[in-house]
Amino acid sequence: MSSIAAAAPAVHAHHDDRSFIRKYIFSTDHKIIGIQFLFVSLFFLFLGGLLAMQIRWQLGYPGRPMPGGGILPETMAPGGVILPEYYIQLVTMHGTFMVFFAIMPLLVGVFANYLIPLKIGAHDMAFPRINMWSFWSAFTGGLVMFASLFVPEGAARAGWTMYAPLSARHDLSGAGLGQELWSISIVLLGLSSILGSLNYITTIINNRTPGMTWFRLPLSVWALFITAILGLLALPVLSGAAIMLLFEQILGTHFFDPAAGGQVLLWQHLFWFFGHPEVYILILPAMGMVSDIVANGSRKPIFGYHSMVFALVGIGFLGWVVWGHHMFMSGMNPTLGSTFMVTTMIISVPSAIKVFNWMGTMWRGNLRFHVPMLNAIGFVAMFVIGGLSGVFMAATPVDMPIHDTYFIVAHIHYVLFGGSLFALFGAITFWYPNMFGKMMNERWGKIHFWLTMLFFNLTFFPMHILGMGGHMRRIYDPTQYNFLKPYQPMNTFITIAAFALFASQLIFALNFILSLKWGKKAPLNPWEDNGLEWTLPTPPPHGNWDRPPTVYRGPYEYSAPQVAEDYLPQTKKLPTDREPAAAPVAGH
Amino acid sequence: MRALGMMVVAVAGVVGLAAAGRSSQAGGTVTGKVRFTGAKPLMAKIDMSDESVCKAKYTAPPTEETVVVNPNGTLANVFVYVDSGLPANYTAPAPTEDVVLDQNGCRYHPHVLGIRVGQKLAIKNSDGILHNIKAMGKLNRTFNVSQPTSMTTERVFTAREVMVPLECNVHGWMQAYLGVLPHPFFAVTGTDGSFSLKGLPPGTYTIKAWHEKYGTQVATVTVTAGGAKTQDFTFTAR
Amino acid sequence: MSWWLPLQGSTFAPQIDGLFIAILIITGLAFVIVEAGLIWFVIKYRGRPGRKGHYTHGSAKAEVIWTAIPAVTVVALGLVSNHYWKEIKGRDSIPADAYPIGIHAKQFEWQVTYPGPDGQLGTADDFTVRNQLHVPVGRNIVVVLTSEDVVHSFWVPVLRVKQDAVPGMTIRAWFQATVPGEYELGCAELCGMGHYRMRARVFIHTPAEFTAWMQQQIQGGATS
Repeated sequence: MSSIAAAAPAVHAHHDDRSFIRKYIFSTDHKIIGIQFLFVSLFFLFLGGLLAMQIRWQLGYPGRPMPGGGILPETMAPGGVILPEYYIQLVTMHGTFMVFFAIMPLLVGVFANYLIPLKIGAHDMAFPRINMWSFWSAFTGGLVMFASLFVPEGAARAGWTMYAPLSARHDLSGAGLGQELWSISIVLLGLSSILGSLNYITTIINNRTPGMTWFRLPLSVWALFITAILGLLALPVLSGAAIMLLFEQILGTHFFDPAAGGQVLLWQHLFWFFGHPEVYILILPAMGMVSDIVANGSRKPIFGYHSMVFALVGIGFLGWVVWGHHMFMSGMNPTLGSTFMVTTMIISVPSAIKVFNWMGTMWRGNLRFHVPMLNAIGFVAMFVIGGLSGVFMAATPVDMPIHDTYFIVAHIHYVLFGGSLFALFGAITFWYPNMFGKMMNERWGKIHFWLTMLFFNLTFFPMHILGMGGHMRRIYDPTQYNFLKPYQPMNTFITIAAFALFASQLIFALNFILSLKWGKKAPLNPWEDNGLEWTLPTPPPHGNWDRPPTVYRGPYEYSAPQVAEDYLPQTKKLPTDREPAAAPVAGH
Repeated sequence: MRALGMMVVAVAGVVGLAAAGRSSQAGGTVTGKVRFTGAKPLMAKIDMSDESVCKAKYTAPPTEETVVVNPNGTLANVFVYVDSGLPANYTAPAPTEDVVLDQNGCRYHPHVLGIRVGQKLAIKNSDGILHNIKAMGKLNRTFNVSQPTSMTTERVFTAREVMVPLECNVHGWMQAYLGVLPHPFFAVTGTDGSFSLKGLPPGTYTIKAWHEKYGTQVATVTVTAGGAKTQDFTFTAR
Repeated sequence: MSWWLPLQGSTFAPQIDGLFIAILIITGLAFVIVEAGLIWFVIKYRGRPGRKGHYTHGSAKAEVIWTAIPAVTVVALGLVSNHYWKEIKGRDSIPADAYPIGIHAKQFEWQVTYPGPDGQLGTADDFTVRNQLHVPVGRNIVVVLTSEDVVHSFWVPVLRVKQDAVPGMTIRAWFQATVPGEYELGCAELCGMGHYRMRARVFIHTPAEFTAWMQQQIQGGATS
């Protein structure tokens, strides 16, 4: 059996004489752009968390002055006591920042950019300059959204779902400029997504290195590919809706005004037609990366690779025809409720397939519990809960009592935090050595994982109980209702757990920041992974490869019998391997 | 000694004359009553059983304030003001004191009030439960602010506007009307239905009397320096 | 504090709760299988140096099994759910004899209009009460929902009834209450800063109480 010599790869970076600005600020290098997205998005993740802490303060201790609340203006929190209009800004902006400026760019902006060219053996994206504009329009959108927190009359406050007419009319919401800036920011974000998607799709189709056939692509790349198609088709709908909303706000149009021939439900249909594919954008890349990490951590091929691909495609396709399940109570024709219920029930099947295949991958593996694997297993364990709670809402009669209650809030957070965010913790830890040439600290990574797992469940599982009891969402002071007063101790419990959860994230933040300088120097291929990115120095040079590498096998040949090691990189040529005919697509 | 005494008298005399002169330069006054003729409309009772904090403040349920006819046949809550006629160069800086609008017993006190452009309105919540104040000005920017507990919020109005309606959306019966003017010549009739506009520079004025249900009545009054004029208004039931 | 669903106060409630429990059992089973499986694998297959994993790319048979079982299950759930959905929300399912009550949602109150002695909404004997819904037990009620300004949502937990009130639309939601008592209604769609206080009291009366209340309203003069 041949063995894999730990030879230094024969790669010479082509002479890199770019200025500091061209290299690190206005860079067209996909890896730098990915890292730019990483830093900016982690900031917004932190900001979203700060907003959540304020929400939880008010819910845990209604009407009590918040510690540190004195720095907030009188219009938001006089004497540190959160006002109702500020509270609804908090819930709105928490959702907005987390969905649009944290999770989406962390999954797509970071990892599509960073991983795709590396994992398919390309020098860079198909359109590096457009890629740069994708980052800068997202950055500008983020700046505009951040600014909206500080304008007179405050930020947008109709929920991240921004239902009209509340969102369209200053006299009904009290929000003016802040609301308009929200719309503008979303248009910029949409532009960023569209530009990014163009790149990801084109690059994956066109720039695969010889031997990298479709069914040898890692699942992370498949997932990012499907995600990019979703983004390309869904974000324009959101941008269009946001522009209509902006026109409604500043030009006095009547798209959503029934008194002048408009339709209130038009906003909801537009928003959710985008919004449902969006939630798959928020989970698919996580699923893809989890597949890579679980295979690596199990030292086994992914169980059912083809099924996994078809499941991704199935979710991506079905994701377009389920949007009405957000609107079961909206007043739309009940017959639509029936059709959307059917499609929603069906879409749970590919997700179930994936969960079983991850378990199948771990079955009879030789499990390594490195930090990324812990987080990936955590993803599976938590995502399952989120997915299963979705079945309750898919059943339309059951949705009636749980719609717009904390049951939904629990579901959202189990899939987005329990799912996407755990996957991100794993993915960031996994690819950190490739990005920065350093390892994050293993011990603190494990401590962070366990604390997060504990406090995450303590925070969000009880919300299912609140929802079952009828506890509505976005309620500033639940004690106004006699039937909710008994739940106040649970609200306080959740608040305390949430504070502990937030505090635990500081461990990750410190680990991330401090390891940049003081982390252990990353060895070549620290995780003994099969991916192409690990055949390069850590970090890879500009342009990645001198000459495109050749791929001889699929991405998950762990514990293959042909070699002594329990991994077998895609580009490792064995005596028994034949050269592929040519690049899969000419003109590479 | 006598010279000093004469000087004192002379100074006093000059001061006295000056004072008299000032009062002879003093503005004119317009006073009057706003009468109501016809059958007094019945005002519906307000059911505050959903707001126990407010309900507890009343021994008998309060009634709507749309039309308040006084026992002496006059109309309360009429906003009487100078609409035009002031000299073009007339200016008066906004007073520094606040005008207070109190929410007590889930009612606005007062129901109709006036304020100067640029003067602070202090909106007080004496009930300790949630009120929101929605001001639906057409010339002043609308605002909608909440007061979940006992607190005071301040607002300033920058444009002349008669009247800015104020409402609470948590307690749908709560209404108030605010007249914003750039001069001090306005008054709201009270329990005796009378009003008084003092210190008007001599001239001919259009005086208006506004009522939330019965509309606006107009009168023209000429005022001389130091003179007093009477102008009554009459609103008829319909 | 209840750890479960609220009191079953309408004819829908046992049906909806029954479906909830069925889903809880099914998803609970799946939950146990997955989580127990994960824990079992984590313990049993923890890595030992010098060993390799079992080299397999999957099993078509396994794929078929764990595709078919969830698929059959969700289809069955869908069929059962749809049956109740049509009964509760179907526009043709509103009983013809349902007693109509108009509910006009407005920032931040519920204006409840009763049809008066003639039992018809939109006639001169209607009267409106703020934030109080009075209904007799054991009778079909249809709430006719409208909105003055933004999207609100009519939500009575004990009845299990929820329906958005949308400006420009008139939406009917029917139910039959089964347990007399005083309950609460909340707004279940963010409608502005007063959303959290858009509360109404819901009185489920015995028929005698309801008649008495109705008489009192008509004679005493409705208050706004």
